[in-house]
Amino acid sequence: MFYREAGQFKTNYKADQAIFPIFQDRVGLGLIIVAALLVPLFGSDFLINSFMIPFLIFALASIGLNILTGYCGQLSLGTGAFMGVGAYSCYKLATIFPEVNILIHILLSGFFAAGIGCIFGLPSLRIKGLYLAITTLAAQFFLEWCFIRIPWLYNYNDSGAIEVPTRTLLSVPITGPSSTPSVRYYVILALIIFLTWIASNIIRGRIGRSWMMIRDMDIAAELMGIKPLNAKLSAFAVSSYFCGVAGALMVFMWLGAAEVESFSINVSFQVLFMVIIGGMGSLIGCFLGAAFIFGLPIFVRALPEMMGLAINASTVDHLSRMVIGALIIFFLIVEPHGFARLWQIVKEKLRNWPFPYG
Amino acid sequence: MELLSEIIIEPFVLIADIPDLFVQTLWEGFVSGILYALIALGFVLIFKASGVFNFAQGIMVVFAALALVSLHTKFGVPAWIALIMAVGIMGLLAIGIEKIVLRPLVGQPDAILLMATIGLTLFLQGAGETIFGGEPQSMITEELGLPTGATDWEVFGGRVTFQHIDIAAIVIAGLMVAGLALFFSKTRIGRALRAVADDHQAALSVGISLNQIWVIVWFAAGIVALVTGIMWGARSDVSFALEVIALKALAVLILGGFTSVPGAIVGGLIIGVGEKVFEVYWGGIFGGGTEAWFAYVLALIFLLFRPQGLFGEKIIERV
Repeated sequence: MFYREAGQFKTNYKADQAIFPIFQDRVGLGLIIVAALLVPLFGSDFLINSFMIPFLIFALASIGLNILTGYCGQLSLGTGAFMGVGAYSCYKLATIFPEVNILIHILLSGFFAAGIGCIFGLPSLRIKGLYLAITTLAAQFFLEWCFIRIPWLYNYNDSGAIEVPTRTLLSVPITGPSSTPSVRYYVILALIIFLTWIASNIIRGRIGRSWMMIRDMDIAAELMGIKPLNAKLSAFAVSSYFCGVAGALMVFMWLGAAEVESFSINVSFQVLFMVIIGGMGSLIGCFLGAAFIFGLPIFVRALPEMMGLAINASTVDHLSRMVIGALIIFFLIVEPHGFARLWQIVKEKLRNWPFPYG
Repeated sequence: MELLSEIIIEPFVLIADIPDLFVQTLWEGFVSGILYALIALGFVLIFKASGVFNFAQGIMVVFAALALVSLHTKFGVPAWIALIMAVGIMGLLAIGIEKIVLRPLVGQPDAILLMATIGLTLFLQGAGETIFGGEPQSMITEELGLPTGATDWEVFGGRVTFQHIDIAAIVIAGLMVAGLALFFSKTRIGRALRAVADDHQAALSVGISLNQIWVIVWFAAGIVALVTGIMWGARSDVSFALEVIALKALAVLILGGFTSVPGAIVGGLIIGVGEKVFEVYWGGIFGGGTEAWFAYVLALIFLLFRPQGLFGEKIIERV
């Protein structure tokens, strides 16, 4: 009743191929974007800085991994390292060419990650499934080692960390310590909307379809004229591009300074959780998964305080890890297809309401 | 040219010059290889029987060792009884995992099961820290009657140190593998396990209870984890840092193949010896610390030529 495609006729090809062909979707998306724009007006700096900004950045990283794992079927555990490549190359670009706008650097840094991703994607031509997942660990640990052992990457400073310089856009500081959270939030929001739009169009197009053919059955896809080399490597490249941009954003717009630990294997797992809990092969799932996995620890940690229990911080930390692990298992058992599936069920219910069946 | 000689000539000159250092390096690598092999063995047992890629094997090692140490030091249980109780805990854990995690997830894709075991890893990590405390503890080596100390032997005119605990580790690991091999080939349950590993459907149709088999393999993997934990804890501390090292067992699995017990052992030894020798003789060229990635890069290169691993079954694909 509320959500119905019937009666929405398309009269030209352009309307038929629109990203959101259904009126209600367009309205819903508009409402979400308006709500997102209003967040800084009503939310505190704490909410923006410790939830909204990282949530958007991790959603972008999840889109990157989802392209590879959800759409092309190649399991990867090297996301953290690819984010690191983006961050370090953005740092180098920003220090070598300080006069160029930082946003251009952030968008360019993804290409370095894409190149590295292609190199580590080469084994995928011969290796599949879990074996491939473990070879991506090689990327993770090798790149982590590079971030420590190649001092050129962090400009030979003693701490071994990269620190973000202050850069401006239209003479408003958007990176560095003097930038306000709301400004950074708006910049990230604009970038995320733009990149998600690009991603959805790549996935709908010829390249995206070839990825999905490879995912569904690679030998059959090959027989039908898809070149596995092109499809798999392009998936690695596009995926790493998004992860790299997310990494650059993470350091420049959120953390402000970063060391190797910011890109450890735990980040890879975190992003993989977001993709799986969100739903493989779904862009909206990336956002839902990122919000859930990133928000859950914050919520679980804040819970004892809200209930007025006095538990010391380390116990809370241990307990929250336990609870998160249990919740993840619970969620996998209840809904292995993730939030994206729940979203579909909700849409179906809205379509049929007030009747139980359509 | 200089770099070339550094890579090709100088390490071998060094080996020829100080052969006792080389023997010592080989020995160290051999011992850590045995430990990698033990962790990999736990993976293989579970993967063969249930097709689950058990990411939690590393944390099970830590959990088992922590349980053993804490029972003795915090709760004052005598060492041998603590050992038996630790075995019991791993048994309960196996039953719990099968009932709560695995049974509802039967038939889900590999990635979902892998994720579930990563969730299990988080849970066990949190549980271990909550119950036993997060700080590193030293293993109760002497109380368990394991030898300590070291012997120096003369090799090629130099001295090579052999830790007694390392020798004990190798003997115990050998006994355990032999015991497992006997268990697999001679007992009724062992034959059922092999039947399940071969073909789930066929095993079910001749009346083998899959649920029961899964509890048994997780229990076996738990015991392997306990033994690994004791050995590893005796060499360094029992701490959660071990988990990262346990990830190297994944590279071992690639070398050996996911389904092969001999593969796990040979793969473990290759990685253990390889990374030590590489770090000592070639690590300097790369600025040191190559142990962090050597295992994975070796596995990656290896896989390019032999995707099914050393002893893995040949992969046949059909449309």
